[in-house]
Amino acid sequence: MNAMTPGGFSARFAGLRDHLPGGRTPWVAALRGAAAEHFAATGLPHRKLEAWRYTDLSPIAQAQFTEALTLAAEHPVLPPMRAPHRAVFVDGRFAAGLSTLPAWCRTLAGDLNAAEGWLGALARDLPVVSLNTMLFEDGLMLDLPAGTDGGALELLSLASHTGRAIAFHPRHLIRLSEGASLTLIETSLGPDGASYLHNPVFEIQVASGATLSHVRIQREGRAGFQLATVLAAVEGGGTYDNFTLNAGARLVRNEIHTALLGPKAACHMNGAQLAGDGQHADTTTYLDHAAPDCASRQTYKTVLAGKSRGVFQGKILVRQVAQRTDGYQMNQALLLSEDAEIDAKPQLEIYADDVKCSHGATVGALDEAQLFYLRARGIPAETARAMLVQAFLTEAIEGVTHPLAQAALAEATEGWWEREAA
Amino acid sequence: MLRIEGLTAEIDGKQILKGINLEVPTGEVHAIMGPNGSGKSTLSYVLSGREGYEITGGSATFNGVDILAMEPEERAAAGLFLAFQYPVELPGVGNANFLRTALNSIRKAKGEPEVDAMAFLKMARAKLKTLQMSDDMLKRNVNVGFSGGEKKRNEVLQMALLEPSLAILDETDSGLDIDALKIVSEGVNAMRGPNFSALVITHYQRLLDYITPDRVHVLMGGRIVKSGGPELALELEAEGYAKVAA
Ligand SMILES: Nc1ncnc2c1ncn2[C@@H]1O[C@H](COP(=O)(O)OP(=O)(O)O)[C@@H](O)[C@H]1O
Ligand SMILES: [Mg+2]
Repeated sequence: MNAMTPGGFSARFAGLRDHLPGGRTPWVAALRGAAAEHFAATGLPHRKLEAWRYTDLSPIAQAQFTEALTLAAEHPVLPPMRAPHRAVFVDGRFAAGLSTLPAWCRTLAGDLNAAEGWLGALARDLPVVSLNTMLFEDGLMLDLPAGTDGGALELLSLASHTGRAIAFHPRHLIRLSEGASLTLIETSLGPDGASYLHNPVFEIQVASGATLSHVRIQREGRAGFQLATVLAAVEGGGTYDNFTLNAGARLVRNEIHTALLGPKAACHMNGAQLAGDGQHADTTTYLDHAAPDCASRQTYKTVLAGKSRGVFQGKILVRQVAQRTDGYQMNQALLLSEDAEIDAKPQLEIYADDVKCSHGATVGALDEAQLFYLRARGIPAETARAMLVQAFLTEAIEGVTHPLAQAALAEATEGWWEREAA
Repeated sequence: MLRIEGLTAEIDGKQILKGINLEVPTGEVHAIMGPNGSGKSTLSYVLSGREGYEITGGSATFNGVDILAMEPEERAAAGLFLAFQYPVELPGVGNANFLRTALNSIRKAKGEPEVDAMAFLKMARAKLKTLQMSDDMLKRNVNVGFSGGEKKRNEVLQMALLEPSLAILDETDSGLDIDALKIVSEGVNAMRGPNFSALVITHYQRLLDYITPDRVHVLMGGRIVKSGGPELALELEAEGYAKVAA
């Protein structure tokens, strides 16, 4: 059997289909069935596909993942709560006892029928999304009413130490109605010794004049895998901001598809990737400018140490209607070792004639002159390197303005180099 | 006491320092003058431990300790300070964070207690005032967008905070107007005392009107070709290097 054939996951679905949430609800069963068919035909993406040239999923295909049996008996250690509300998922299942939800938040499994016509609305023919649709058990269902300021909400995903290789595929539905605003701070954590797959899919709708700031902090365990897909649709005058930090996992693919659908919609997609020995971090963005007068900004920074690999792919599509598009993309990599490797592929596809679109990329090592300047002031070499790594990240991180998100980010990035160098 | 004996060094296989002999007793300020390309900055880098220089012979000791065997940060902790001819810009590194990290690194290496953010701010503000610098300097990124003069003053600010026992000032006067020159000189003079020595590298006699050196050395072609009292600087100014060294 070919490593990338869908065997394992498809067999799980065949056995579980009636027992999964909505298994006997026709519209859900139909969605899952169609996704299963698609996934059976494609399997996991392989490196012959242009979009997957640099990221090899065969370690996931080869692992035999199963579902978590029950909620982990032991309560996992939770990071301190920062926001007034928090949704906690353990192995992809909602942990009610650990969560405090605001009125405009439910869980998908808790009220699945409310998701009809919403679940899958933005889903595309992406194998990883189909895998999620086929096997999802739960997720956040967030519906922020018009004009509401939702403040900050934490979404926490924890993987427990089960001793078996488990996979979970949470599906998060997020909808902000006209003029609503929210900061969503998502953190994924897992134990370093556990092999698991976290495959979240976000379907995000931002209505006109609404603003969603989505901060994703990926700190999966070093043997974990994360395949994340964000599907976002932004109406006129709406703003979707995504900041993603990839600081954990053996392999991560952070794929973001944002469509700017109405005039003056805006999007900032920023991110930082920190990968050390044995890690692979991939950020792939697709930005669809489908309306006039929209602006998009992307700044991605990748820092690679040890034997690690980083990938950045960013495609900007400017449709013919999207006149006066203002698009900018920058991706920069800092290589801290000779064994590290970065692949970068920016791509502009422009069909409108009145647009301002630019992109740039740099790859480099730490600047010897800067390093010497710091050391000549008495700062030890490793501290000096850490300061320069943090400085390199600054430009991407400084766009994150919510103090709670800033604190969570600082905690995840500070000390990274000292730990890698140790 | 800084003692340099027969120091030779090369870069990319090209010999730059061709046997430097120099002694700066504790408490004294010596000037090094010399034309462009004579090896002044090379000497300052070799003494402070920059990579890329091959030391092919000789020695340099500070208070009897071989400094050439030390890491740059160890030299700083031992009391050595280099004011760079071309201060380096550090985008993304705040000046206050940089200065406090430097100060605490040196204190830690010496076994002294670290300074907290509040106490540091107080120290830094006091020094800024004497150097007639605005507190805004602390909020900006290190040397980023600084004018030439601001960069040089920032070097002197670092020196004032880190309180070295041996400072090498590499053309700290270049690019300064007369007012800035006075302020920088006062900053250096304020540090003079029985436990402070300095090696003031300069191109022009002008700086030495404000910082009176105990000795003046002429560096040409990688060697000290002449040494004398403060009057040697005036002689160089009047007669030019070629004639004085002949
Ligand atoms: N990185 C380098 N590679 C090769 N030659 C260098 C390098 N840096 C300096 N030099 C040479 O070394 C000599 C001394 O330079 P420097 O020490 O900067 O002189 P000064 O500070 O007295 O003007 C010059 O001839 C210069 O060209
Ligand atoms: Mg020089």
